[in-house]
Amino acid sequence: MNARDVIVCDPKPMRFWQRFYLIEVGKGLAVTLRHFLGNLFARKYTVTVEWPEVKREYSERLRGRHILLARPDGSPRCVACYMCEEACPAECIHIEAEDVAESPTVEYEKRPKVFTIDLLRCVYCGFCVDACPKEAIVMSRTHEMAFASRGEAIVGLEELMQKGPYEKLDLGYRPYYGAPRTRIELPIPVKAPEPTAVG
Amino acid sequence: MNGESMENRKETLAAIRTAFPEGGEVIELPGGDIQSFRVDRALLPELARHLKSDPKLGFNLLADVCGVDYPGREERFEVVYHLASLENGHRLRLRVPVREDDAVVPSVYGVWKAADWFEREAFDLFGIRFEGHPNLKRILCHPAFRGHALRKDYDAGQRWLLREGEQDEPAWAHENPEDEDHFETQVLNFGPSHPATHGTLRIVVRLDGEVITRAEVEIGYLHRCFEKMAESHTWNQVIPYTDRLNYCSAMMNGVGYALAVEKMVGIEAPPRAQMIRLILSELSRIMDHIIDVGANLNDLGAMTPFLYMYQAREEMYSVLEACCGSRLTMSYVRIGGLSHDVPDDFVESVRYLLKRIPKLVGEMETLITQNRIFRDRTEGIGTISAEDAVDWGWTGPCLRAAGVAYDVRKAYPYLGYETFDFQVPIAHAGDTYARYLVRVEEMKQSLSIVEQALARLEPGPVIIDDHRVALPPKEMVYTEMESLIWHFKLVMEGMKVPAGEAYGFTEAANGELGYYIVSDGGGKPYRIKVRPPCFAIFQAFPHILKGHMVSDTVAIMSSLNVIAGELDR
Repeated sequence: MNARDVIVCDPKPMRFWQRFYLIEVGKGLAVTLRHFLGNLFARKYTVTVEWPEVKREYSERLRGRHILLARPDGSPRCVACYMCEEACPAECIHIEAEDVAESPTVEYEKRPKVFTIDLLRCVYCGFCVDACPKEAIVMSRTHEMAFASRGEAIVGLEELMQKGPYEKLDLGYRPYYGAPRTRIELPIPVKAPEPTAVG
Repeated sequence: MNGESMENRKETLAAIRTAFPEGGEVIELPGGDIQSFRVDRALLPELARHLKSDPKLGFNLLADVCGVDYPGREERFEVVYHLASLENGHRLRLRVPVREDDAVVPSVYGVWKAADWFEREAFDLFGIRFEGHPNLKRILCHPAFRGHALRKDYDAGQRWLLREGEQDEPAWAHENPEDEDHFETQVLNFGPSHPATHGTLRIVVRLDGEVITRAEVEIGYLHRCFEKMAESHTWNQVIPYTDRLNYCSAMMNGVGYALAVEKMVGIEAPPRAQMIRLILSELSRIMDHIIDVGANLNDLGAMTPFLYMYQAREEMYSVLEACCGSRLTMSYVRIGGLSHDVPDDFVESVRYLLKRIPKLVGEMETLITQNRIFRDRTEGIGTISAEDAVDWGWTGPCLRAAGVAYDVRKAYPYLGYETFDFQVPIAHAGDTYARYLVRVEEMKQSLSIVEQALARLEPGPVIIDDHRVALPPKEMVYTEMESLIWHFKLVMEGMKVPAGEAYGFTEAANGELGYYIVSDGGGKPYRIKVRPPCFAIFQAFPHILKGHMVSDTVAIMSSLNVIAGELDR
């Protein structure tokens, strides 16, 4: 390696006042005091939010809990093609297909009889969304999930299906279309909670 | 990527042939990404000594030792050594085949100390015995484990029960050293679950008063056999697993893996994808150093810089999350590029970070760098000489703090690092304080790289337009038959990687992160061996500890930046 490419950062010898320690402590205290006053009055650079009253807004790419989208008639868009089950590195998706006898079109001759995701096994990588050829499975921005038992974490069609207009759903990672809804907000906004009337 | 020419190969071959003439048991294999030799095991110790001591060869760094299982072959196992010469930049691969019924290879621990844990790992996972190894026992799996997990005939679904009585204890823990001149010796267990170990690992130390006279480390508490799992997943499905190696800088693991696979396939990601990979890798490096320096200070009792630096880390996480949708486990890289483009305000927000991070680093320096308490606690603590560091297989900031200017980004540039203007910081003391100084300077250099890269970021595609490698764009999948077929094929079978082997290595935050990949031409890897940088670094830890106080253990360990995720895999 060229000598030009190397920068030597050996320790500098300590001067007398650095040995003496008190002046260095004073300098350090100036830094902490600046942070303290900044946090007390401005809070511009604070990154901690007062959760759960204040919540961070994540980007619209956040890979949270899955959503199965529905057709206008309310049936799942999923055609039980097993793509997501194949693509899943954690093997957390389980699908059983059945025929749709009364299907009006050849586009969907099958539908999922069983569609479960083990949310505790899932690694939230988004590969199922990438694999879906029907845009049936997308991810939401819900990341706060709690379960009382392992069985409860295995969610089926009813829990995953979400109807209603897309704008109403808190969509996260999905095939990417349209203008972005979110921006990277820096410094991180940490709004203080609204003052409540002291009663 | 490995910066090797035919000239180099000829010179290396000639220097080896002076001691091992043509027609013997040291056979050069044609082609390959790295010059390779097939070696008979009887000649291995002699060859190893020659490779290290001959000034023309000078292979002083043993990067990796691993086993590969080929059940169909007569000589079922192959032990693969990856060597590097830091002076002249050569790389070498040695392949030593052994039979199953006589799976014994002479240990090279006497030549390179780095072989210590790597050989134990190959013993643990393949059952290959290394003759002459000082402490050959299981390392990643529990002593009660039966079988060898990475053998192809080992069924991954088996479970073994850990019992308390089978807890591993070093033999010397029960010895009573009567002839030594001390009042009292004591054996102390540090961990497995201890706030200062940052992850689960266990250190057994023998104390003479408060001075450590002997130490041994037990690791593997976080072992999940990533390498076995990789063998049953497609090439792209391995990416989420790589995120969990060094989880403090997940991006760099994915980039290293993708580069290694791309090298085998013979493709290259588009320029924009490369530039984004580089920017996010450097941000991850800063993040990793923030965690390491912060945790090191925290362990020494200085909580304040840790919290201040975490502000910068939090803001970086906001940017990463906006790019890929996850803060820690990014899964952003795909083979051939990235999963999607960065958001519109990416450049703007990274520029904000460039203004913000130097300020926080400066504040930390005011608080710490010339602080007498910190210097007294870290100077001369955990010292290692340059020769020892190389011998133990150290790379990265820890090696550079010992005075060896080796950085993969300069020595074997990838992602276009050769076009960037940056310097490699080194220090000479090799102690905990020097490691701190090197990391702080490295953060500043990374900021400068990011700044240059932002200026060069051009619009363009972020994933290769090759339907055999990358999923076609979604709008094509929804509308076109051909794209839909390719989409199905890629998801069901995975992309194909031509049969062969490659060793891809990048400079991760801890040092050289290597992926040794063997493909049989199918949609799944035949074997992936990760060379985690902190594995090599940590094996020297029990030896460094001798003569230190118990409280120094904490200072030394966190300055080595041991990340259990990549240590145990």
